[in-house]
Amino acid sequence: MSLEQEVELIRRFPIFSKITPAKQKLLCFSSERLTYAAGQEIFHAGAVGDACYVVIDGTIEISVDLPKGPLVIGTMGSNEIIGEIAIFGHVPRTATATAKTRVEVLRISADLFRSVIRENPDAAVELIRILAARLANTTAHLSRLSSPGSA
Amino acid sequence: MERGLFGFIFKYSKREQLLIVPLVVLSMLFYYASLDLPKTIINQPIQGKGFPSPESTAAFLRLTISLPDFLGGASWRVFDGFALERAPYLVALTLTFLALIIISGWIKFQINTMKGWMGERMLRRLRYDLFDHILRFPLTHFKRVKSAEMATMIKDEVEPLGGFVGEALITPLYLGGQALTALFFILFQHIYLGLVAFGMVIIQAVIIPRMRRRLLVLSKERQIAARQLAGRIAECVDGVVEIHAHDTSNYERAEFSARLGRLFLIRFEHFQRKFLIKFLNNLLSQITPFLFYLVGGYLAISGRLDIGALVAVIAAYKDLPGPVKELIDWDQERMDTSIKYAQVIEQFSVEDLAPSAQQAVLEAPLLPRQGQVRVNNLSLLDDSGTKVVDAVSFDNPMAQHVAIVGPNGCGAGEVAQLLASLLRPAGGSVEMDGIDMTRAPEAVTGRAVAYVGAASYLFPVSVRENLVYGLKHRPIAEASYSEGARRGRERQLREAIRAGNSPLDINAQWLDYEAAGVVGPPDMEDRILEILKTVDLEETLFEIGLKSAVSSVHSPGLADDILLARETMRNRLSRPEVRDLVERFDIERYNRNATMAENLLFGTPVGKVFDMDSLALNPYVRKVLTDTGLSGDLLKVGHKLAETMLELFSDLPPGHELFERFSFIAYDDLPGVKDILSRVASVGLDRIPDSERNLLMGLPFKLVVTKHRLGLIDEALEGRILEARRQFASNLPEDMRSSIAFFDSLRYNGAASLQDNILFGKIATSQAGGSAQIGALMRQILDELHLRSLVLRIGLDYQVGTGGARLSVPDRQKVAIGRALLKRPTVLILDQASAVLDPAAQNRLVTNVLGCRQGACVYWVLNRVDLAQRFGQVLVMEQGRLVEQGAYDELLRRDSALHRLLKSG
Repeated sequence: MSLEQEVELIRRFPIFSKITPAKQKLLCFSSERLTYAAGQEIFHAGAVGDACYVVIDGTIEISVDLPKGPLVIGTMGSNEIIGEIAIFGHVPRTATATAKTRVEVLRISADLFRSVIRENPDAAVELIRILAARLANTTAHLSRLSSPGSA
Repeated sequence: MERGLFGFIFKYSKREQLLIVPLVVLSMLFYYASLDLPKTIINQPIQGKGFPSPESTAAFLRLTISLPDFLGGASWRVFDGFALERAPYLVALTLTFLALIIISGWIKFQINTMKGWMGERMLRRLRYDLFDHILRFPLTHFKRVKSAEMATMIKDEVEPLGGFVGEALITPLYLGGQALTALFFILFQHIYLGLVAFGMVIIQAVIIPRMRRRLLVLSKERQIAARQLAGRIAECVDGVVEIHAHDTSNYERAEFSARLGRLFLIRFEHFQRKFLIKFLNNLLSQITPFLFYLVGGYLAISGRLDIGALVAVIAAYKDLPGPVKELIDWDQERMDTSIKYAQVIEQFSVEDLAPSAQQAVLEAPLLPRQGQVRVNNLSLLDDSGTKVVDAVSFDNPMAQHVAIVGPNGCGAGEVAQLLASLLRPAGGSVEMDGIDMTRAPEAVTGRAVAYVGAASYLFPVSVRENLVYGLKHRPIAEASYSEGARRGRERQLREAIRAGNSPLDINAQWLDYEAAGVVGPPDMEDRILEILKTVDLEETLFEIGLKSAVSSVHSPGLADDILLARETMRNRLSRPEVRDLVERFDIERYNRNATMAENLLFGTPVGKVFDMDSLALNPYVRKVLTDTGLSGDLLKVGHKLAETMLELFSDLPPGHELFERFSFIAYDDLPGVKDILSRVASVGLDRIPDSERNLLMGLPFKLVVTKHRLGLIDEALEGRILEARRQFASNLPEDMRSSIAFFDSLRYNGAASLQDNILFGKIATSQAGGSAQIGALMRQILDELHLRSLVLRIGLDYQVGTGGARLSVPDRQKVAIGRALLKRPTVLILDQASAVLDPAAQNRLVTNVLGCRQGACVYWVLNRVDLAQRFGQVLVMEQGRLVEQGAYDELLRRDSALHRLLKSG
């Protein structure tokens, strides 16, 4: 897959969509294309997040560490993005990501992304919109949980 | 050392100086004869005196010995001589004249040679003595001297002394003799002319030296200013970080300029005076012939002087001002060099210089081995007379590990240096195994005790050489020489002894294997490897070894071993789980993890000819590209690459990190590239100037297919690059063969690092964690093949650079500690030696070193008090006094100084 295809891919994600095409390309060009073997860990819960990963091919298992062992909470596949929360700040990973099959990803470093956003107000506004939507979502989720009858 | 120059000269070159005297006297006789002969030539055969008729003859070589009148005036004819007619007589006399000139020239040549020898030997002696003094300075003296000034003094300032030594006695003798002979000759010819010449000489000899007095003062000032200039340069070099960090470079420029200004004025005045004196000197010598022509001519006209005598006088006089002038010059030089000598000697005269016996070569001195270290009432004063160590006494068995702790300035470091006999105490004693160490020669203290300070010095040689440095006390075995080399060495030895230099042979076997507890070189290597483990240097040197490129010529078997590792690596990499980690070099395939340039060369450049950064400009590479029709392709790829770069990077601000990391074109070059691209758009790729084509063509050389993912190098292009690769190798001109080491799976590549040799390929950039995995695999393979020590040995050959600058500061300290451990001292003294290490590394090092010194004596001045609990005995110091001593736990139990120290830390 060449640079052009990578640009096509990341363009579909809302957080990258408002960046100018040239910058999208720069973002891809400056990112790393990495392959993980099946079973190889991509990142571990608790580690500081410094990048997000766009899955190009393969399946990734998301798990959390529990006292009795890791618990798989989901899987991600191609054309999905993982760890993008890290892009907004250096926050610890909330879960562990492990390659379930051979996995190919585009690793976009948080520093790189932030430096692109800084010069692109439209993209920043778009980011705020996404975050606001997520916050609203979470709030709604929480209020549902706390309302009587849900427990 | 002799205080005065002439004392020095007389003491060491008396014999040689006196040997020259007869030669000088002999040359005077010939000189006189050569002055006298022209008179005879002119008067007799030329003017015909004594040849009344054409048939008259004269006796040639008639030898008559006559007594002066007051002894009776008798004379004996020894030899009647040959009877010659006028013309043959002329020929005979002129030939004699020629012979006289040749003989006196030859004698002069001999004298000069001897003077040169003598001067060089004395210079050698002087330089050696000065260096010897430096080695014997007390350590405290080095706080007051500048190394650069010492170096200039030994190197430059004493240089003219060597020249002068040869002149010291001979020149006044020779020139004085010459002048006197000439004067005597002139006086003998005619008293008036003699008086005229004598008068002028006196004027010259009185006035000129007077005028030169100021010159002497100036040259002394010049010497000191120049030496300080050298010192100042060294200061700026040493303090260059501060200069940059504080933006004081212009201050330093001004300071330096001011110094040069002072020096300029001194030199200017010096030259002005010098040339004025020269002018006067010349004038005086020119006036005399004027007087000769006037007075002598008048005498000749009035018949009181014959023409031959006048010509001879004028000829003799030509030789008179010269010697007188030179004699005056000599006197000037004498004063000048005497001052210089005194100046230098003053700098090297130090009170309490160690006596030579202190550093004498001792075969096997009695060394302390066991028993007690007894320190009694030890004290030390600093420059101002304050007691920095005050009545310190302790007594420990040698088998003990002792920690010395205390706040800054407590005197612990000084105690350590006193224990190592590096400082001389103001009072008290240090006794080890019953031997008084304060009076023991260095052969005892330097072998039985090892000291490592907080910032140890490494010599600019290899790590190995630095480690064994502490074993070179004396030559252990003679060097083996071939017949010719042995004669050379013998000559050198004779000369060395003549000049009072060290007779020890630097080529001898100096390494004391026994002191290191080994029997020979292979054993020593094992011991060094052990030491590397102890001081925690193994990993560092292993890493360095892997990154080193070594020629297989120097280490037999290396190539085979590494090829075996390469083969093992290839096998290991064929396993499916690691298969994709490395893309091996294959002559038939394009390596997508390597740059285009690497793919084209398919080898490691040796030297600058095929330097990767300027490969596109190499004429041979360009020829290959043209021949294979690749130029056009690369131009197109370069053009596209330039377009992409412009698109990606053109609106980034300058200095953006992405430029550094990802762009093929530097920010400053972007506008230029933009212009090129617009020109291409209007006239096409073929019509742009050559320089611009070159620029575009050079861009793709750094492209890596997998890393850059620009899709610019497709399979067809790869195929053509492979074709160019083949052409490049097969047509390579003879004179470029040595500029590249081609990749060959069956051959070791001496230009590439060990790890590149083993890998024989490129780590795939796209594999997550690939290089870490490969690194681990490589270590595993090297361990399995027992090649770890080979790599370490190569690492040991690493040159540490000036002061060890190519190693990190902690690694330098580790080498220094290793150097101390290797010589197995009876007492090991570490003075904050590990303070620069991080806490974890320091813990490891203390554990290892103490483990290695189990049952052997260690004194360790610690920067971290908590480390003291690993020691059997703790000494706590405060303000120069030993305030408590005992076991760590014992001291901690009560309200102790150690307790306070721990809390404050």
